[in-house]
Amino acid sequence: MVEFNLPKGSRVVKGQTHAAPDGAKNIKKFKIYRYDPDQDKNPQLDTYEVDMDTCGPMVLDALIKIKNEMDPTLTFRRSCREGVCGSCAMNVDGTNTLACTKDIDEIKGDAAIYPLPHMPVIKDLVPDLSTPYAQYTSIQPWVQADTPAPGGERLQSPEDREKLDGLWECVLCFCCQTSCPSYWWNGDRYLGPAILLQAYRWIVDSRDEKTGDRLDNLEDPFRLYRCHTILNCTNTCPKSLNPALAIAETKKMMVERM
Amino acid sequence: MSLRSDLGRVRGLGSANEGTSHWWAQRVTAIALIPLSLWFIYSAVTLVGIDRAGFKVWLNAPGSILLMTLFVIALFYHMQLGLQVVIEDYVHNERNKIVSLVLNKLVAIFFAVSSIIALIKVAFGG
Repeated sequence: MVEFNLPKGSRVVKGQTHAAPDGAKNIKKFKIYRYDPDQDKNPQLDTYEVDMDTCGPMVLDALIKIKNEMDPTLTFRRSCREGVCGSCAMNVDGTNTLACTKDIDEIKGDAAIYPLPHMPVIKDLVPDLSTPYAQYTSIQPWVQADTPAPGGERLQSPEDREKLDGLWECVLCFCCQTSCPSYWWNGDRYLGPAILLQAYRWIVDSRDEKTGDRLDNLEDPFRLYRCHTILNCTNTCPKSLNPALAIAETKKMMVERM
Repeated sequence: MSLRSDLGRVRGLGSANEGTSHWWAQRVTAIALIPLSLWFIYSAVTLVGIDRAGFKVWLNAPGSILLMTLFVIALFYHMQLGLQVVIEDYVHNERNKIVSLVLNKLVAIFFAVSSIIALIKVAFGG
């Protein structure tokens, strides 16, 4: 059966508290999941008291401040700090989001920060994303056409280009992927919302000539039909995209060609 | 432990090229069950307290036996389709999964056929 409880070695225990510097008046507590693979210990929840008067407005600002000034061992991914690279995806205040675009002010009370759910954890807030990356490779995310390329570029009408809006913006942060219960239970075979949105992005691209092969590749009780329209994906997407709609459109195309 | 690549593992045995007819049948039976269930509930309420002879007269009307048979078929077909999804979602032991999928189909057929035989016996039997 599906495991609803964490295995013994993965249960989160209470960790240590890092106090704010003396004289700090505006303090916010960040409770952060810590796991170190080099130590034979359960993950723990450490508390960091951050002086908000000297901290930037976003959750990523607080994480960088903690790493710079309080605890250099805190590990997380980040790069662009403006919601374009998708590196700093994590679970903040109970919802998967990008730490760099999440306003600290939106969090009432203490800020709880965990890695993306139900993925193997490499260290602290860094999950192992090898499986979703391999799933992304499996849908062959590039234009495929048998018609020889014209002298210049392959043209696309403005109307056809519009069909890619709401799809091309995906930064592959996997917030939706790891928010989906179906992906938690069957992530080894279900492709998940992020990959299915990407698959649809190539299915509706007017320049692509492998639409049928792409649908063949998806038509499977597990790869596509594990989606039960739970809609966590659409609710959590930090880029306000709609993976559930892309999946619904894919299912409609499957019926269309029956 | 396996040293197989992530891509090899994800591609696995390939696509089953199946699932659309299951998904479509689940939607079609769901839609069919909306009027059928409303009709069934309405009939059950109006038939409260009636004796067997009275029920036989009601069932013998062409509309009643037709709709009852359609209701039973749609109901158990839909139940089987839905439970199959639940089993595929949650049962991960391969042997248990196959056994429960087969049992699910057999039990649904058993109940559907028994119900239809019962309807025929009451309507046309002595």
